[in-house]
Amino acid sequence: MARMTARRALFAVPVLLAVTFGVFAVAEASPFDPVKAYAGTAGLTASQENLDQLRANLGVDQPLVTRWWEWLTHAVSGDLGDSAVLRQPVAQVIGERLGWSVLLASVAFAVAVLLGTALGVLAARRQGGWFDRGITSLAYTLEAAPPFWLGLLAMWLFALKLGVLPAGGLTDTGSSVVSFDQVARHLVLPAAVLAVSQLPWFVLYVRQGVADALEEDPVRGARARGLAARTVLLGHALRSGLLPVLTLIGSRVPELITGALLVETVFSWPGIAAATVQAATSVDFPLLAALTVLATIAVLLGNLLSDLLYGLADPRVGFDG
Amino acid sequence: MAETTKTADSAKTAPVAWRRAGVERRSTRAWRVRGSAVIVALVVLAVLLVPPLVQLDEQAVDLAAKLQPPSLAHPFGTDDVGRDLLLRCVYGLRVSLLVGVVAAVVATVIGTAVGAAAAASGGWFDRVVMRLVDLFSSVPHLLLGIFIVAMFSPGVWPVVISVALTHWLSTARIVRSEVLSLRSRPYVDAAISGGASRWRVAVRHLLPGVLPQAGLAAVLMVPHAIWHESALSFLGLGLPTHQASLGTLVQAARGSLLAGDWWPTLFPGLFIIVPTLAIAGLAGAWRERLNPRRRSELML
Repeated sequence: MARMTARRALFAVPVLLAVTFGVFAVAEASPFDPVKAYAGTAGLTASQENLDQLRANLGVDQPLVTRWWEWLTHAVSGDLGDSAVLRQPVAQVIGERLGWSVLLASVAFAVAVLLGTALGVLAARRQGGWFDRGITSLAYTLEAAPPFWLGLLAMWLFALKLGVLPAGGLTDTGSSVVSFDQVARHLVLPAAVLAVSQLPWFVLYVRQGVADALEEDPVRGARARGLAARTVLLGHALRSGLLPVLTLIGSRVPELITGALLVETVFSWPGIAAATVQAATSVDFPLLAALTVLATIAVLLGNLLSDLLYGLADPRVGFDG
Repeated sequence: MAETTKTADSAKTAPVAWRRAGVERRSTRAWRVRGSAVIVALVVLAVLLVPPLVQLDEQAVDLAAKLQPPSLAHPFGTDDVGRDLLLRCVYGLRVSLLVGVVAAVVATVIGTAVGAAAAASGGWFDRVVMRLVDLFSSVPHLLLGIFIVAMFSPGVWPVVISVALTHWLSTARIVRSEVLSLRSRPYVDAAISGGASRWRVAVRHLLPGVLPQAGLAAVLMVPHAIWHESALSFLGLGLPTHQASLGTLVQAARGSLLAGDWWPTLFPGLFIIVPTLAIAGLAGAWRERLNPRRRSELML
């Protein structure tokens, strides 16, 4: 297990090198000029000499590879540069916000996994039945619905019409203390919407996996031995039906990040998303680059998690692969 | 002879209940395909015909009729400056569909070229290219799209490019595996030993086998591309706000929603969901025709 983790970590190094280089290459190819971005409106009136001086100071006159290497060596020591739009070091921006994003995403993911498995098993139990057909249609519809649209409608219904939950933010307006009680109440709506947007995939895959497993010989054997339907379904079919889901669970991390980005924006959740959108609208390159790398790390971690889970769940799979 | 007719007869009569269930399921499936076809046809007709035939200005502001709930005069209601939302949604669908189709075509061309080149050359080139594909997949699509749009300033073309650049990966994988499996077929061996040139083998024997799969991938990509366009536009990084697209419509409706008016938000979203489901339904039927033996898989 440790060996495979180490192999994965080793594989992550070239991936991250390539992704960071790609980020720099895209920026190089784009019309974006860091000197003008840095100087702002003053850049319109500044003399050419001043701009050239600024260019040299910022190190922008260096070739692409040099700048990339410079950024990389600083990044390894924890210095990710300064965010122009938020006027903070990038590392601080991420540090302040990452926790809230992780909280939201992990709660939503846990809900989606548990609820999705339960609904998927119930649907697979009687394929083609009314429950199965209803759940499957609903899942396809939700899969097609954009998370931000679901979020807006949920906000309208629960916060504006029914008034049972807060419409957004982390705490009530006017309250400066971040208490557990308030955060929990503000978390319900965004987490539920994010979970619902991730749910269809789990429902459909668990349903498919369990339905396939119900046709397998061990499951038939269990049924033939006269075991209770419940035991066969949960003890035999679910166990082998979950395997394909476990291998793909890591591939959900990009979708989770995408969904979280949109849901956070809808509910003004103080996570990474708001910083990403701000960084993008004002072309804040250091922040954008760091966030892209951060997302890549999250995806790689997701892949690792999925391999480890698969190995734990299926003894036939060795860890040295 | 007599025996075969007998078994055929018994097969016909025995599991009545089974057969009926199967027939029923097939007929609901046929209805689903028909319904999907009708919706797709309606969408295409609406998008192509409404702007030239209906001589109404979608930008026509009518402050006397602002934020009216759905009624006979305005089936979808009006927005915060009194524009008819049905008309706005059709125009938005037009823009979103155009962006989606162009992005899907570009992504399919890139994916097919990369996948075919990797499979055809094999060796280190194949390995390097497929590693790059894996690499690209490690960055969340929307974030990569945001990055590209931010760097190249928002607008229609950056959105199309960013959606295309993030969506060719799966097509490249599909085309590569299809070419690899076709290349080991006997008829390809026969063509090669018959002295056919590499080019001829590629164009006459491999391409016809790959095109349907690539086409299917392209059709399935259109809803994805629309989804991405709407997400980017919703974040304010996509199309300019005066340009009605399904994403900008939802974005523009946020103010009215906070005031309690639900219709400017609801309808553009339905315009994303219904065509997506219809396209997926049609593509599913197509996929079953392409691979009849493969169990129908999950869509989207």
